[in-house]
Amino acid sequence: MTDLSALPPTSAGAGCDERPVLRERGQREVFCGLTAIVWLHRKMQDAFFLVVGSRTCAHLLQSAAGVMIFAEPRFGTAILGDRDLAGLADANDELDRLCVSLLERRPDVSTLFLVGSCPSEVIKLDLAKAAERLNAQLRPRVRVVNFSGSGIETTFTQGEDNALKCLVPEMPASNERQLLVVGGLADVIEDQFVRVFDALGIGPVNFLPARRAGTLPAVGPGTVMLPAQPFVGDTVRMLQDRGAQLLSAPYPLGAEGTTEWFRAAAKAWGVSPERFDEVTAPLIARAKAGIERHRARLEGKSLFMLPDSQLEIPLARFLQREAGMNLLEIGTPYLDRRMISTELAWLPASTVVSEGQDVERQLDRLRTAQPDLTVCGLGLANPLEAEGFATKWSIELVFTPIQGYDQAGDLAELFARPLERRARLAA
Amino acid sequence: MQLTLWTYEGPPHVGAMRIAASMKGVHYVLHAPQGDTYADLLFTMIERQDRRPPVTYTTFQARDLGGDTSAMVIRAVSEAYERFQPEVMLVGESCTAELIQDQPGTLAAGMNLPVPVVPLELPAYTKKENWGAAETLYRLVRSLLADRVPAPGTVRAARPADRRPRANLLGPTALGFRNRDDVIEITRLLSDLGIDVNAVVPASAGADDIRRLPEADFNIDLYPEVGRSTALWLQKSFGMPYTQTVPMGHGATCDFVREVAALAGVDPTPVLSRRDGDRSLAPSRAHWYTRSVDANYLTGKRVFIFGDASHVLAAARIATEEMGFTLAGIGTYSREFARDVRAAAARYGLEALIADDYLEVEKAIAAAAPELVLGTQMERHIAKRLGIACAVISAPMHVQDVPARYSPVYGFEGANVLFDTWVHPLVMGLEEHLLHMFRDDFEFRDDRPASHLGVTSAPAAPAPVHAAEAPAPADVATPAAASLAETPADERAAELPWAAEAERELRKIPFFVRGKARRNTERFARDRGLATITVDTLYDAKAHFGR
Repeated sequence: MTDLSALPPTSAGAGCDERPVLRERGQREVFCGLTAIVWLHRKMQDAFFLVVGSRTCAHLLQSAAGVMIFAEPRFGTAILGDRDLAGLADANDELDRLCVSLLERRPDVSTLFLVGSCPSEVIKLDLAKAAERLNAQLRPRVRVVNFSGSGIETTFTQGEDNALKCLVPEMPASNERQLLVVGGLADVIEDQFVRVFDALGIGPVNFLPARRAGTLPAVGPGTVMLPAQPFVGDTVRMLQDRGAQLLSAPYPLGAEGTTEWFRAAAKAWGVSPERFDEVTAPLIARAKAGIERHRARLEGKSLFMLPDSQLEIPLARFLQREAGMNLLEIGTPYLDRRMISTELAWLPASTVVSEGQDVERQLDRLRTAQPDLTVCGLGLANPLEAEGFATKWSIELVFTPIQGYDQAGDLAELFARPLERRARLAA
Repeated sequence: MQLTLWTYEGPPHVGAMRIAASMKGVHYVLHAPQGDTYADLLFTMIERQDRRPPVTYTTFQARDLGGDTSAMVIRAVSEAYERFQPEVMLVGESCTAELIQDQPGTLAAGMNLPVPVVPLELPAYTKKENWGAAETLYRLVRSLLADRVPAPGTVRAARPADRRPRANLLGPTALGFRNRDDVIEITRLLSDLGIDVNAVVPASAGADDIRRLPEADFNIDLYPEVGRSTALWLQKSFGMPYTQTVPMGHGATCDFVREVAALAGVDPTPVLSRRDGDRSLAPSRAHWYTRSVDANYLTGKRVFIFGDASHVLAAARIATEEMGFTLAGIGTYSREFARDVRAAAARYGLEALIADDYLEVEKAIAAAAPELVLGTQMERHIAKRLGIACAVISAPMHVQDVPARYSPVYGFEGANVLFDTWVHPLVMGLEEHLLHMFRDDFEFRDDRPASHLGVTSAPAAPAPVHAAEAPAPADVATPAAASLAETPADERAAELPWAAEAERELRKIPFFVRGKARRNTERFARDRGLATITVDTLYDAKAHFGR
């Protein structure tokens, strides 16, 4: 286990911008931003997400989410037909009619997200105007907002960034000092974090997204932001425009990342180092014990990550520094340096960081590199397993609670499991 | 604009992917934005395919739209050709690319590649997955056989007497329901008849297999949703007849054997019975099982059937003629075959539900109050919510509907598989009697889910009569199964007051039929304008409805 005192400083690392990055432009084997609806609709239980798109959008959503939901879901697709393409005026009328009838049937919905898709963007269907029309009719019972989850503009988790972005103008103004955690977390993790913040005397603490879309946190010059996810860069920028201050920190993955994440807030709140250590030491010990159980499986093993969720760099940092893995190539859909600089500085110089994708060439590099473990999307996992590579589905890292001290062991286990399984199965 | 929560079929380009992913040496270049690559996981996850579908996506982004997206198509086609060296290429577009009108098929055709390039135009805003699969197969076959079509009026040469008859199997694809095993079963059946399989298209076929299609004597249209347009074209162009019977169920398989034997000029009789010493047995075990005494309890079970047209039509015949069920509802999402399903429904005295709206199907099932639902993955969700037994008979499907074991639904073994799969979710005969007789037994508490609906709150001690096997662990019932959704929400408003004594009497009726008893009694009371339901109303209604 790495000794925390031996870590480099956690402020935005000097020199990280000089790291060579392999930029690729070719076939991108990634989800589009619509996929974020799969967890966002679970997080905000009073929201409905209506994608305005094609049958492909509906099919994507159910393929990514279908197996998990039995009831009538809180998302749907308004499928554009030939008539809608022929006349935008008709399409607008149709959309209004459909939204009103949907909301009549779902009185539990307080916020309706109109979600733009590739086809709606290409035909320039103006969902902002649609939201305006519907708000005039439906407020205050229902708030209607809009964002784009289209594949031509967003990659996977960027959908959440766009969804949160459209909520920022809706947030009430307040000068009160508060900590605002930005980026969706599982409820269980939110509760754990609140307990730690309480113990540190940090508060009030609010979360964006909140559990109810209808009750948004306030924002203003007294707001201090701590991003919990690396993919909320645009939301952070908008919140800064409303006066919020950004804390630079790594992400709360693993014992180390979680500690430095809390430390950033503790410093801003003037918590004494003694108090900080007093609160975090037992949590760190517990997290380390959790990781330690899986470390033997991971230590010295080589890792190759294909781009997917934007979590790649923080996860690689955790796996290298706390589990002793050897990083070959770490791919990310795009590099938002401001959001990831602290993390980038923590990656070893020998690690290849790639941005974007040309999937065929990347797979060529993977076959040459022969990693012990590959992190990739669902479309690639079984074919790579069949080629003899152990894989971990990246989507599980988005759908599973992995942040914080008490999930650090679970996080290590997610990567150890494919290796453990290989060891168990007879040849 | 149509609100869709779940969709039965994907877009038509997913149908084209199913054709490409089924074949060898075929590569599909799809002009599509990033995100459309999700479709790969249908193949690698639901069907656990061990290779990526042979598809290259251009994955254009917003910043490309101002520039030259057609150049991206040309680059993708040429790189895919270089890398994969396919024998034939399919080139098309998804819904978004259709709007930017780059016409990738035409672009690719103009590149003078040394292999055939088949342009695909699959209108994404009017057509769906199965149509896309059928159209792709048809375009592919037509394009590879264009130079072999004989002059009109050419008489097809008779089969030489010294050559065994040959048939093509048309339509089996990746992501087709049990297609993998159906092909094995039907190939075996044909072999028993002395008929060789010439080509299986598209499953496992290459370009050469398609070119050899006319060498068969006739075509077997195994999956009309995918194969029919190709079968029709082969008939028109090469004079090849094709089969009309889908060999699903005991009776349909017997008919299929006779039809195929007639087309091939062979004797069907050896295949239509098994010998056991000097006894002649039916070729399927299901045929005897449906006649065994335990199957008596199946009589008149109300069943609702929904899925693609060919599986629904076959299932309706099995349900009524072989299982002795009563059809409570029938429908399909295959609009292309709506006429056939409507005609069948009329024969059963029903009106067919032609819909791709999941909520509409759910409403119809709730209203029909069946005891068994035969449907797709969607109906499995619906049945779970309503607390009704369910078996999957059609795509779209879940990973658990692609079993490791051999489990065809076609042919005689398929009939056996269907008997088992449909009967297991129902409460078994003896179990039903015991539940009835000892309904006050403390182990039959109402808050326990039915044993056949899953294991969410299994009793601590083994319950002696819970003999039916629980479904696969992955298929655990929702916690709501315990409430059994006695009354659909939209009917609750119209509920009539029950006298306390009548309500108590109702509780004595076994939980799995109580919902129906409640609905029937209320309907009976409403029809007669009764203000309150008494014990007598309950039994009057029971006498009236007969069950």
